[in-house]
Amino acid sequence: MAPSLKDLAKKPELLSPGHRMCAGCGAPIAIRQILHAIDGPVVTGCATGCLEVATTIYPYTAWRCSFIHNAFENSAATMSGVETAYRALKKKGKIKEDKVNFIAFGGDGGSYDIGFQSISGAMERGHDMLYVCYDNEAYMNTGVQRSSATPLGASTTTAPAGKVKQGKEEFRKDMTGCMAAHKIPYVAQASISNWRDLVAKVEKAMSIKGPKFINILSPCPPGWRHLPDETVEMAKLAVETCFWPLYEVEYGKVWRINYKPKNILPITDWINRQGRFRHLNKPQNKHIIETLQARVKEDWEILLKKEEIFK
Amino acid sequence: MPNYKALTGNEAVAWAMKQINPDVVAAYPITPQTSLMQKFADFVADGDVDTEMVLVESEHSAMSACVGSAAAGARTMTATSANGLALMWEILYIASGNRLPIVMPVVNRALSAPINIHGDHSDTMGARDSSWIQLFSENAQEAYENTIQAVRIAEHKDVLLPIMVTLDGFIISHGMETVDIYDDKRVKDFVGEFKPDHTLLNFKKPLTFGPLDLFDYYFEHKRQQAEGMKNALRVIEEVGMDFRKTFGKAYRHTEGYKLDDADVAIVLLGSTAGTAKEVIDQLRQEGKKVGQLKIRTFRPFPEEEIANILSRFKAIAVLDRSDGFNAIGGPLYNDIKAALYGKTSVPIVNYIYGLGGRDIPVGDIRKVFEDLLETARTKEIKEPLTYLGVR
Ligand SMILES: Cc1ncc(C[n+]2csc(CCOP(=O)(O)OP(=O)(O)O)c2C)c(N)n1
Repeated sequence: MAPSLKDLAKKPELLSPGHRMCAGCGAPIAIRQILHAIDGPVVTGCATGCLEVATTIYPYTAWRCSFIHNAFENSAATMSGVETAYRALKKKGKIKEDKVNFIAFGGDGGSYDIGFQSISGAMERGHDMLYVCYDNEAYMNTGVQRSSATPLGASTTTAPAGKVKQGKEEFRKDMTGCMAAHKIPYVAQASISNWRDLVAKVEKAMSIKGPKFINILSPCPPGWRHLPDETVEMAKLAVETCFWPLYEVEYGKVWRINYKPKNILPITDWINRQGRFRHLNKPQNKHIIETLQARVKEDWEILLKKEEIFK
Repeated sequence: MPNYKALTGNEAVAWAMKQINPDVVAAYPITPQTSLMQKFADFVADGDVDTEMVLVESEHSAMSACVGSAAAGARTMTATSANGLALMWEILYIASGNRLPIVMPVVNRALSAPINIHGDHSDTMGARDSSWIQLFSENAQEAYENTIQAVRIAEHKDVLLPIMVTLDGFIISHGMETVDIYDDKRVKDFVGEFKPDHTLLNFKKPLTFGPLDLFDYYFEHKRQQAEGMKNALRVIEEVGMDFRKTFGKAYRHTEGYKLDDADVAIVLLGSTAGTAKEVIDQLRQEGKKVGQLKIRTFRPFPEEEIANILSRFKAIAVLDRSDGFNAIGGPLYNDIKAALYGKTSVPIVNYIYGLGGRDIPVGDIRKVFEDLLETARTKEIKEPLTYLGVR
């Protein structure tokens, strides 16, 4: 059932105000939407990165629920240990709670790159947990370095636009597709701009026992170079250009697109609003925009076909 | 009545784990540890324990899952060797920094490169500053008994640090010995229940584990951690004494062999202590006053006890089964010299032996003693560092 704003407004805020994320950061928006969708006790965990360092500065914590940070690349493995401990202690009658929500967070660096193996392992082992990647498309905590989630052409501090190079030279990794290939019960792609869809996806995920993965686009004003009050709009434009389609996959075989834009906007509507793509406006870089647009179109068409095949 | 079983060292440790019945065990294969977890997996498969196993995709994830599990309040174990321990290195510090009493048998094996599967101490020596307690074992019986005591030591409220129990790869792990396995219930009672004060699964009191801790508090937390390691010196002795009361066998930080009237002594770790006892017996028959000090507790380092014992000999040789690659000598040698600083001025020499599982025959140890007796006589060090048994 689609959640209503009225109901969500009554939910407790498990991520308290006063954390030190940047103004306009997409990550806390994502986390609050997710935690609004949860019922009952929850253990959260997070990989090293912006979200973790800005919410847990000792002796303060913004987390009103149980929370564990271990390291950068092991949020999934850590939560798999917590979930296993729960099963062991439950079996021995040492824990009363019949259902506990286990949610591990990680940025794109902590998920697409250094934590990829850890997530793959945890998902394959079938732990009853949700892994959420908040994808801001670069290593933001260390100052906007390129990750495998960074889009083609974006300028980052390790792959900057210069006299002979024009930012990232590779396409981004299809992380959501990689997770779908694990044929786990539930995989979804969501965006902070489409909150109703996001909350519904988390509710659905948590109603399923087993491993779940959700990839959430989470714009970063200093990294993408847009204004802090444009965050939700940037996420929305990524959806409307089909750069970031909203879809879900069940057991690797039921592919469902949750939102199909009536008029798909050109990719330039999204990239022209962000400083990280500014250099692409030079006439000699036109082909990069064309390549990016062609890839977005191709990916969207493949997605439509997948939905069709598995209908 | 003893209950002798013919077991390899790995099987003996698996038996200890069976009797401890940990809540969670993470496992990943690596020679020579593999057969340990295989044996334990048999116990799980047969329902002899009600442990939940996490069959992870790497040792990094094994230790990461152990951190999550221990923070959730579960009694947690894993085991590894060499490259596996090296891969865990980052998380070793996180386990100890979070004061999580994880118990980990480490079957000592040489570190790559060149790749080698046999026993030396380079792996655990690389983790000697990780704030894990390290207990060395001479044989399968000790590996079994150290593992049982390890749980009590790590979980003690004044310690709360993770612990490694080491056993030499192949020599102990795969050698068959008669091992006296104690009664299940007595072991269970000795080990007791794990009752952590803080856990992730206490939903009445939600806590944040692993926060960002900057220059304003980090240092105090590390200072407390250092205190935990210091307290471990006392707790290891107390648990050892209780072990003697319960099972009739004494455990201390060190074990002397024929030291009382010895002129010279060797100092070493692990299985070579058994071989050296043979040599000492032979030399004693020839009227030579030689003895040995075996170090069981390597971390924390029982400096005072070692200094008291060693300061009366005329010459000392420290045998290291790993190199420090520092142009000074092996890690045990450096610690022993530091412990004896200002307490004695007798010659102390270092032998590095057995790297990559190179056999250490009685003849080599005999040569060490003969050289040592000569050094004691002349009071002159001919070779401060000798690579023993190398071509
Ligand atoms: C093993 C390891 N390597 C590198 C780092 C340094 N590091 C900390 S956070 C971070 C970037 C995190 O990027 P991402 O996962 O995308 O999250 P974000 O900060 O963008 O939210 C890096 C590189 C680390 N902590 N640990």
